[in-house]
Amino acid sequence: MTRRTLLTIVVMVLVGLLPPLLYWSGNAFYLDLATRLVILAIAATSLNLILGYGGMVSFGHAAFVGLGAYAVGIPAHHWLYGGMDAIATTSGYVQIALAVGVAGFFALLTGLVCLRTTGVYFIMITMAFAQMAYYLILSIEEYGGDDGLVIDTRSEFNWISLDDPIQLFFLAYVSLVIAMLIVRMIVNSRFGMVLQGAKGNPERMATLGFNVYVFRLVAYVISGAMAGYAGALLGNFTTFISPEMMDWSRSGELMFMVILGGASTSVGPVIGAVVFIVLEEFLSHFTIYWHLPFGLMLMAVVLFARGGFVGMLTKRKDR
Amino acid sequence: MTDILQIQSLNKSFGGIKATDDLNLSVQTGELHAIIGPNGAGKTTLISQLSGGQKPDTGKILFKGRNIAGQPAYKRASLGITRSYQITSLIMEMSVLDNIALAVQAGDGHSFRFLRPARSISHLRDRALELLKQVDLAEKADHQTVALSHGEHRRMELAIALASEADLMLLDEPMAGLGTHESHQMVELLRGIKGRHTILLIEHDMDAVFALADRISVLVYGHIIATGTPAEIRDNEAVQHAYLGEE
Amino acid sequence: MDTSLLVIQTLNGLQLGLLLFLVASGLTLVFGILDFVNLAHGSLYMLGAFFCATLTIWLGSFILALLISLPITALVGYLVERFVARPLYTRDHLDHVLATFGLILVIDTLTHMIWGPEGLAVPLPDWLRGQVTLWGDTVVPTFRLMIIGAGLAAAGGLFWLVNHTRLGMLIRAGASNRTMVSALGIDIEMLFGLVFALGAALAGLAGMLIAPITEANIGMGNGIIITAFVVIIVGGIGSIKGAFIAALLIGLIDTLGRSFLDDIFTLFMSPTAAENSAPAISAMLIYIIMACVLAFRPQGLFPPKVR
Repeated sequence: MTRRTLLTIVVMVLVGLLPPLLYWSGNAFYLDLATRLVILAIAATSLNLILGYGGMVSFGHAAFVGLGAYAVGIPAHHWLYGGMDAIATTSGYVQIALAVGVAGFFALLTGLVCLRTTGVYFIMITMAFAQMAYYLILSIEEYGGDDGLVIDTRSEFNWISLDDPIQLFFLAYVSLVIAMLIVRMIVNSRFGMVLQGAKGNPERMATLGFNVYVFRLVAYVISGAMAGYAGALLGNFTTFISPEMMDWSRSGELMFMVILGGASTSVGPVIGAVVFIVLEEFLSHFTIYWHLPFGLMLMAVVLFARGGFVGMLTKRKDR
Repeated sequence: MTDILQIQSLNKSFGGIKATDDLNLSVQTGELHAIIGPNGAGKTTLISQLSGGQKPDTGKILFKGRNIAGQPAYKRASLGITRSYQITSLIMEMSVLDNIALAVQAGDGHSFRFLRPARSISHLRDRALELLKQVDLAEKADHQTVALSHGEHRRMELAIALASEADLMLLDEPMAGLGTHESHQMVELLRGIKGRHTILLIEHDMDAVFALADRISVLVYGHIIATGTPAEIRDNEAVQHAYLGEE
Repeated sequence: MDTSLLVIQTLNGLQLGLLLFLVASGLTLVFGILDFVNLAHGSLYMLGAFFCATLTIWLGSFILALLISLPITALVGYLVERFVARPLYTRDHLDHVLATFGLILVIDTLTHMIWGPEGLAVPLPDWLRGQVTLWGDTVVPTFRLMIIGAGLAAAGGLFWLVNHTRLGMLIRAGASNRTMVSALGIDIEMLFGLVFALGAALAGLAGMLIAPITEANIGMGNGIIITAFVVIIVGGIGSIKGAFIAALLIGLIDTLGRSFLDDIFTLFMSPTAAENSAPAISAMLIYIIMACVLAFRPQGLFPPKVR
């Protein structure tokens, strides 16, 4: 077993066991924290597919998460207050399908445009499209605009109740494991080889006969849809959603998790999410100005430590 | 013999400089056709226009009778054109075997397959290993590409070109930067594949060109000034004047 | 649609466009010459506003405060170049983005610590507080005209600087060929620092000009930076002319879209439908325009000739 596999197993076991144990021993707070962590890790894992393995520096990933959350909130809102009968429902299956579908479709539409470009253009355009989604939601008064939307009824499934925090946690945890396995499967497949090849040398890939644009677009849509799913979970977790979820600083945080944890490794985004949540919690206990040390740390990591945590923990052995 | 490639009145300028100037050229099926010319004659620009990296301003590129001048690179590859690069163009982050296997994969149906791990697909692996053996790199298969020497990278380029089993191979200075021993090795490798593929070879190493080529064209300032057998080119006065004489 | 409103909104659009140009021109200069993506450019815009606000309160003169704030903001820009950007030139854009994202958090938090969470109002002198009557009952605030005037003057100054001075010659040369400039024996590090400082001063100026209307507040930089990105994407990254035209275009379209789109929509749909869809569409308008431009010209409207 390589060090990296060992690290992945240890981290995943800890993330899966520790929070429920704490919860059952009377520390409910930590379960909340862990649920948020796991959901963010799903979003970060989806980002890792395009950023880490595909080399697409998307700075708009939070938009997919936000759209996924609104795909839960909007049907629930109409179910309670009427209107839009076609989508008014609290059925979790419909909402999840909607979340994945809407986020995937948004990824397709924006991807068609932004994947025509590379480099800085791509970074800025993904940012701009995310901002477009942000302003779109903001402009619809019915869904609360700036004030956000309260999700009165969580998604309903017949075999699980998301109102029970421990069940919600396990749903999120199992989802994370599946998301990691899916990304791993994609990455190792023929498709994934092309995707990674296109990250390293797109011109060569074109010369070999691969239409790099289409491969990237497919990966982008998969990634967006997956982030939409994470958003649906996040909506169910917070029960309050607002355009702020799509703010570009949220996208930046997801990037931070992927890069800090270790891009193009399975467990990297999870470790990144752990570090992010722990820092946020720990630092904000000491000072309301926790963004200052956080920002300084981010700069220090970029300036001085490359390869992220997975890189540091598994140095020299693998690779 | 039929012409697999016909280039008719090809033109390409950058700013005011004509890199390709009313260029006409035919490559016959099965031959090794070398293009020589002084630095800056527009050789790599020509290869790029043939492979699809750059679009010509005007003119026709007939490949198997079909004009491909406007096609993107990936389409030309699927029609049967492959190229190697003068400046090594490999995927450095991947292993040697993965690089070659990707090239094999390119010719093995579509790649929108998400389930099976590519590294467990034996016919891709076996073919890639076979190619590595052919260029004498089998024992390096599991190394990281970035860790290999320049000479080994050049041979990987050749293996990738071979992997595509393309009808037309464009080889852009396969000997660039090689030492004497490595150059000899490369000449022998090319001699081995010659006849089985149509090859358009760009090369500075005159000994190699005259040893390998069936026909040679001389490119000067973006224009072909002569085409002929090695013996004809050696005796051609215009060529001697424009090119060989300067050595 | 009444003419007076149209004129006023056009002036507002012009004002927004000019402010966008001031922010975007610095971004595009820095990117064109240094190949560096500075997300924290919006923070310099914000800092300009806060410097100017504080100095106005201390000195009692807006104009004086503005003149002093300009070099201070430029200095901050220079320091950012020296300590954050310079070590990252050899890295890829991802690292630029991450580091400057961290820098935004740092600058925003420091601003929060120094000036508090509330916005800071900028008192204007009386002569700038009034209104100017254009004709009949069409009046515009004097200060908005001043913003337009100052924005045009700064844009003109920038064009003069880039097209008619030695520094500008180097900037233009540097944008197309970096090695050539170093080969000329120019202190390239000094040039980069200057460009960064110039970009900072321009963004800061935009912040100073808008602060008396919106107050200096912490989120302001992060709001405008994305619109500035849209501007330079549409204009073509690295092109000042492109940034100018795109900024005016985006400013006008955004402002006019927000006020007149529902009127336009009623021409071909029911008033209710227009009323419902207009806000959503006008919120997305500039991004849709960006997408259209990219679909036809991925390099923007005025891509710099050589890169």
